[in-house]
Amino acid sequence: MDKVLEVSHLSKVFGKGCVNCFEHTGPEHNTNICPYCGSIVAAHDVSFDLYKGEILGIMGESGSGKSTAVKNLFFDQEPSSGKAVFYDGDKQYDLFALNAAQKRHLRNHRFGMVYQNPVLGLNFNVSAGGNIAERLLMSNLSNYQVIRDRAMELLKRTEVLTERMDELPKNFSGGMQQRVQIAKALAINPPLLFLDEVTTGLDLSVQAAILDLILEIRQEMDTAMIIVTHDLGVIRLLASRTIVMKYGRVIEAGITDQILEDPQHAYTQRLVASAL
Amino acid sequence: MTIDPVLKVEGFSKTFTLHEQNKLIPSSSNVNLDVFSGRLTALIGPTGSGKSSVLKGIYRTYLPSSGRIAYRSTNGNTVDLAKADEHQILNLRKQEIGFVTQFLRVLPRQSTEDVVATPLYMQGISRAEAREQARDILDKLKLPERLWGISPATFSGGEKQRVNLARGLLSKPRLLLLDEPTASLDPQTTELVIGLINDLKCEGVAILAIFHHPDVVERLADNVVKLSPPVGTESFFEEKAS
Amino acid sequence: MSTFRQNNAAYPFGFLDEYAKKEIRRTVLKAIAIPGYQVPYSSREMPMGRGFGTGGLQLTLSLIGKGETLKVIDQGSDDSVNAVNLRSFIEMTCPGINTTASTSESNLIQSRHRIPEKALREDQVIVLQVPYPDALVIVEPSEEKRKIMHGEADYSRLLVKLYEDIVKFDEITISHRYPTRINGHYVIDPSPIPRYDVPKLHQSKALILFGAGREKKIYAVPPYTDAEPLVFDDIPFRVESFIDEKGERHHCSRCGTHDSFLDEFINPDSGKKVYQCSDSDYCDEHMTSNSQEVING
Repeated sequence: MDKVLEVSHLSKVFGKGCVNCFEHTGPEHNTNICPYCGSIVAAHDVSFDLYKGEILGIMGESGSGKSTAVKNLFFDQEPSSGKAVFYDGDKQYDLFALNAAQKRHLRNHRFGMVYQNPVLGLNFNVSAGGNIAERLLMSNLSNYQVIRDRAMELLKRTEVLTERMDELPKNFSGGMQQRVQIAKALAINPPLLFLDEVTTGLDLSVQAAILDLILEIRQEMDTAMIIVTHDLGVIRLLASRTIVMKYGRVIEAGITDQILEDPQHAYTQRLVASAL
Repeated sequence: MTIDPVLKVEGFSKTFTLHEQNKLIPSSSNVNLDVFSGRLTALIGPTGSGKSSVLKGIYRTYLPSSGRIAYRSTNGNTVDLAKADEHQILNLRKQEIGFVTQFLRVLPRQSTEDVVATPLYMQGISRAEAREQARDILDKLKLPERLWGISPATFSGGEKQRVNLARGLLSKPRLLLLDEPTASLDPQTTELVIGLINDLKCEGVAILAIFHHPDVVERLADNVVKLSPPVGTESFFEEKAS
Repeated sequence: MSTFRQNNAAYPFGFLDEYAKKEIRRTVLKAIAIPGYQVPYSSREMPMGRGFGTGGLQLTLSLIGKGETLKVIDQGSDDSVNAVNLRSFIEMTCPGINTTASTSESNLIQSRHRIPEKALREDQVIVLQVPYPDALVIVEPSEEKRKIMHGEADYSRLLVKLYEDIVKFDEITISHRYPTRINGHYVIDPSPIPRYDVPKLHQSKALILFGAGREKKIYAVPPYTDAEPLVFDDIPFRVESFIDEKGERHHCSRCGTHDSFLDEFINPDSGKKVYQCSDSDYCDEHMTSNSQEVING
């Protein structure tokens, strides 16, 4: 089993922070906000690992900090402390110690990210095919037809009508925009893929189809994935392992069916019991 | 000739802690059993004796409260499943330990063939070969061919159960856990399943099973372990742990 | 004007003070050292509005010395209003220089929107007037982000624009200011020269300088440097062909040549389309060397 990612003691605090922040926030205190300095402890002491071909689910309600880890790993944010090591074949990267150019390199060539809001992941001024071409053009592809064929192939794979590949994404439905995002994220065959609430807000049938697609892709490409969601159904379907977060802390972690059928922590029990 | 068991369970017990209701619910208590290669051990006992919990505890769907679950892997090493880490367990589930429950979890668009063949893909077998084997076993279980290409989501209970069985039996794991596999099947299909389980025994699969019907136990079990319901539920102590 | 000449304490040679000229020369050296990199400089206030070639002018004034021979053209012509004004200003502020319309006689050329037809020599320098120096400005409004993209030679968003053109129109529709990669790294906007002139940047014997007065940037394509227009492997770079309906190449109605960039206009008498060399010096040369009759349009 190849390890792809190892995150240790990741913390993210918004605000100036003080010595009391960590002790006075968290699930026992029912808050993220430090009563002494008003800083927000979005995440504290988050550790997990991820292996090749595995899907890790990060589950939590609003304010749980579930998106925070992913945002920091994808370099959309900078952590307050912690370490993350990315294993890529025979190379190893200490993610938070990299310089801006190295981070950009990983972001563009080794990671894929699908956001809940397609505006963050897509360029709305460029056609669907163009969005994918943009990613491909960052690598050394320089043949127009090759690029176009590959873009078409990816869109076909994510079930976007190829007749629409030259249209602007703003004319697409939400579900189709997500598919284009997924195609774009996969364009460079990343070994690590982040999915942040990607089906939230979509119709159930559309959700089902996209979740199916994600599983198929994992099977075909052996991509390691981190899925952030508040939806137990998504966790049940996709994640082999799950961590449950509340107020920035990891409450419980384990194999998904164990978390869902034999939750240990009171909060997890409540969450699972309240699933429709 | 004494052979080492593939699975040796010692002192297994499971108690659920329900925080909201402030209750401790014992499920299984002090279970000991062995499962040997090519043999079937059956768990019997009245409802509430924790038979399912034993299977789930072995598979890690439940976290055992105590006990040792010594599993002898294909590579000869013995692992305590109660204490193994998540990755080891997931890997064993993929390669060596199978579990046929009463529930079929379906992906919205997977065809029956693919549902059955998935464990084989995960083991690295080619799609074509895997599907071939899937069709073969679906045929043996007498599931009509017209159903093979569609999703099992709309199937009857019995049909779903056959798909479940097909998937579980096809992967030929080293250790197979069966939770009431013939519960919703008619007598003819039950007969077929008995046949298939016997085939698996001949191939050396170690099986731990719970059966609905005592006569099936008669016909298949080489060992029988009887469980009794554990002592009644208890409340938490006055102070809840903070 | 004569008052100006006599009042020689007011302005030094070349209008700009020595510090200004020194800064510009040092900027030019940096630009040559990093081919295609836009070097920022303090662009001075000039006695003409921005947009009239103040960037090119500052370069010329900093480089020109007594005894040098200057040519100034606008759209290829020495006689157009802007060229004439610039040339007079330079003559006025740089007593002792020579001016000419002949490309071969000049050693410093200031030009707007064209590179002369005649290949330039090692002893010549051409200064091009640039409105917008940055090729990435069409895809990224933030200068900070553009600098990073240039630094990392990440032109994927620009290439996507070309991709979209091909998707919509089956070809790249950029007609002038064609993005060109210099020395394998920086992509420049070569100023509004037509595609026809872009190949002249590649391995040029002369130094080519670009000055943007309003945007305060100077950049360079040094001699013998690679300059490759951005294309896809399978979509080659094409220049204006000037082919008529019959498939024949248009020629200049004045001098008869078939191998120059042509301006198109309507003959006021006949109402018909007429083509003439954009490069007036080139046209004149061919007029005198050929004894061909003028072909009426």
